[in-house]
Formats: sequence, C-alpha cells, structure tokens
Amino acid sequence: MPAEPAAPLIRAHGIDKTLGGRNVLSGIDIAVRPAEIVTVIGPNGAGKTTLLRILLGLLRPDRGTVERAPGLRIGYMPQRLVIDDLLPLTVRRFVELGRAGPGTTIRAALDEVKAGHVIDQPVQALSGGEMRRVLLARALLRDPQLLVLDEPVQGVDVVGQGDLFRLILAIRERRGCGVLMVSHDLHLVMAATDTVLCLNGHVCCTGRPEAVSRHPEYIALFGAREADALALYTHHHDHVHDAAGHVVHAHDHEHHLRDAAGGKRHG
Amino acid sequence: MDDFIMRAFLGGLGIALIAGPLGALVVWRRMAFFGDALSHSALLGVSLGFVLGINISLGIALVCLAVALLLVLLQDRVRLASDTLLGIFAHSTLSIGLVAITFMENVRIDLMAYLFGDILAVSAGDLLWIYGGGVVVLGTLTALWRPLLAVTIHEDLARVEGVPVERMRLAFVLLIAITIAAAMKIVGVLLITSLLIIPAATAHRFARTPEQMACIAALIGAAAVAAGLYASLYFDTPSGPSVVVAAATMFAVSAIWPRRAAA
Repeated sequence: MPAEPAAPLIRAHGIDKTLGGRNVLSGIDIAVRPAEIVTVIGPNGAGKTTLLRILLGLLRPDRGTVERAPGLRIGYMPQRLVIDDLLPLTVRRFVELGRAGPGTTIRAALDEVKAGHVIDQPVQALSGGEMRRVLLARALLRDPQLLVLDEPVQGVDVVGQGDLFRLILAIRERRGCGVLMVSHDLHLVMAATDTVLCLNGHVCCTGRPEAVSRHPEYIALFGAREADALALYTHHHDHVHDAAGHVVHAHDHEHHLRDAAGGKRHG
Repeated sequence: MDDFIMRAFLGGLGIALIAGPLGALVVWRRMAFFGDALSHSALLGVSLGFVLGINISLGIALVCLAVALLLVLLQDRVRLASDTLLGIFAHSTLSIGLVAITFMENVRIDLMAYLFGDILAVSAGDLLWIYGGGVVVLGTLTALWRPLLAVTIHEDLARVEGVPVERMRLAFVLLIAITIAAAMKIVGVLLITSLLIIPAATAHRFARTPEQMACIAALIGAAAVAAGLYASLYFDTPSGPSVVVAAATMFAVSAIWPRRAAA
C-alpha cells in the first residue's frame, strides 16, 4: 500500500446511466490508484457490470466523466467467455491473441498464474478455474497498469476461489498494478481488497472493508447475518482493528468462522 | 476438355477457395443463419440488376450489403430473438425477389439457375468476378485475420485490447456479401451457405489451429466442387445440389472418421 495517495489510474465522476428505461446508475464516483484493489459489490442488477463497461469505454454514460491516466494499459478479464467447439484453439494461441507488443512471453504469463501446464490444451477443455487463470494470463501479457476483473471467481469451487484471490493479491504485490474487481461474493472478496464500493444503483457506501461491513445500508442490503460473518472474518485476518463486540452474539465463535472462511452464500 | 467445362471447374474452384476460410469464421461466429438470410436476399439483387441495367453480380453485392447493414442495425434495436429476425429477413427478401422478377415481363430468366446455380453457364465475365472478388476477399481476410479472430472469440475483450470491433464486423459482412455475389452463379441463392459451412465443419476434424482449419476447408470445398461437377456432367444432375451433396458426403465421412489419439 502506498503511503500517500498517488494520482488515480482511472477516475469516474457523477456517472448516470439509464438502460431499457431503468435508471441503472446514478451519480457514481469511483477511482482506482496504483497498487490499490477496489472491489465493487452489490446484489444482482445493482449495475456492477454496467459501471465496469462504462469505465472500460465499452458503454457511454448518459452523464458524468471518465478520466484515465494518459496511455493507461488495461488488462481485462470478462465475466463469461464461450468459445465455439469447432474453433481449434490452444491456450497458447488464445493468450497470444492478446499480445500488444514485445514483453512477457506466453509461457511466463501462464507460469505467473500457475497455469503453465495447460499451455498446449484446447481452450474448450479447461475447467472453470483454469479458464479464469488463462484469462488472467492474457491480461498480464499486456503488462497492465490496471487489471479489470469482472466476477473473477465465477464458476470456480470454494477452494479455487481462495487460491484465485491469493493469486490476484500476489500479482498486485509483484507488479504494483491497480485492480478493479466486480463481485457479488462477499466474504473472500472483502478479505482481498483495500477499498469496497457497495453499489445498488447509487453508491450505498464506500471505504475500507471493515468499515463498509458495519454501514447500515450495507447491512440492510445483505442482511445482518452476512454482515456479522464478514466483520468477524476481517477481524480474524486483521488484528489491528477491534473486534466490535456486537459482531458475535447468538452464535458461537467457531461456527461463524467456518461460515465466513468457507465463503458460503446465504442467498 | 470443353471450354465451358473448364470455366465451370475454374469458377467452382475459385468459390471454394474463398468460401473455406470465410466459412470457418462464419461457423466460429455461429452466423450460418445470418449467411442464409443474406444469400436469400441475393435474388432481390438480381431484380435490381435488371431494373437498373447494371451488372447482376454488382446488384447482388449491393443488396446483400444493404440487407446486412439493416440486419446489424435492427439487431441492436429490435427486441426480437436474432434467429426470428433472420428468419423473417431470409424468407421475405427471397419472396420479394421472386415477386419482383415476375413483374419484369420483358426479361426472361431461368429462375432455377438463380435458385440452384448453373455452373455450366459460367462466362468469362463471371470468372473475372469470382477471381477478382476472390483476391479481394482472401487478401482482406489475410490482412485482418488476427483481429477478426479476436473479435470472434470475445468482442468486449477485443475492444478493450484495442481492436476496432465495429470496423471488423463491417468488413466481415462486406466479405460475405462479395462472396455471395460471386458464388451465386455456381450454387445458387438457396445453397450458398452450405458451401460456407459444410467444408468448414468437415475441416474441423483434421485441424489443430484456426489457420489449418481455414486452409483445409478450402481444399475440401475444392474437392467437393470437382466431385459434384463431375457427377453433374456424368449424371446430368443440377450442378449446385450436386456440389452440396458431394460436400455433405465428405462431412458424413469425416464425422465417422476415427479421431487421432488425443495429445
């Protein structure tokens, strides 16, 4: 974490967007700085992916501005990627298609995400977790200053989710790139982020994970039980912050921990 | 060999070489139905050619391009399932074309030739269209292959990586329009799409890379044209359907062909 805030890699201000007659986003402010991990959370239909698409320049906002650092290199991992079975494409070739110029080799990019062993496999044969890693490798090949990850652990089992978040943290440490993530999975995401932006059409609350998790709007959105488990989880990992006695009440401590660490979803 | 047979073989060969690589992209992009909608509108191009007194192939290319642009525009705006929209276009443009042609009383044309192809009537001018168009299509495909492949895999990802996605989509549709205009004489309006997708689908079994699949599709298409044309001459069958039957036979054989041991 940088000691003093650097200039943002990307910053959006006052974003409004209406899609199909529905006001999806209103007055959104968001910024990502170098080496910072920002996670956008919110229920389905909260406008998370729409916000991401606006930041990436794939969608024009009705109102508001998006500013990027000059010459910003973005590595993007889309949420879904379906490749036709009739397209004979190896992982090597798939990753290579994202190359912008000389730089990291394909082998090195795949090794960095611990997916070197699938380099010669057809992309259609990959598991959910392997595909996420290969997509990450393709993003890294561009030597990005900003990684934009849409639901980075979608379709990955619970153990794999933890591995992926650790990998994303390690990449941030090694490369010092900013990371912007979108997720609806609360527990693991919150443990692997610097700033959380809780979205539900508007910005409900934003800040450090443990602060957001105690915000009334957040609790209203995800329920007290979710908020409890989460606050406990961040406490469990970060002993600098006080336990805030109200987190543990009816349930016993062990049970909460297992819930949280397992990343179980409660609806 | 007679001149007209020579021209038929050359014409068919030219079309197969274009249709292979382009057809591979059509298959990967799952646009077979889109190709069908476009080629069905080609008959309208024939009418346009007669009405304006311009080259028929040019008329077809213009109409196909107009329909393609309209389809792309509508797909973004109309809340209809894409295949419904394409179905409406395919059949209504074909019908409008048929109706328009019957209104032109001073023009006597062989409708069967336009619907199913009349490869033995390929003229030197047609060959010029096929090879001229072929050079343009294959040249453009080679130059844009990498971005086209990137767009085929994931449009948003390609766009973030700096590929001009809209221009690629436009170029691709333009290439299909040119190919349909060039191929109509050979296989006819109703069967053009089969020349795009059957060789490509057949080639899949034998290819390890996208480029291999494109090249093998061209070769398989060429073989299908040669076999179909030979059968057409020998059994006096319509040329377009004979070529398609040959291609379909090759596809069936490839489908039961024992797969190579997995790597």
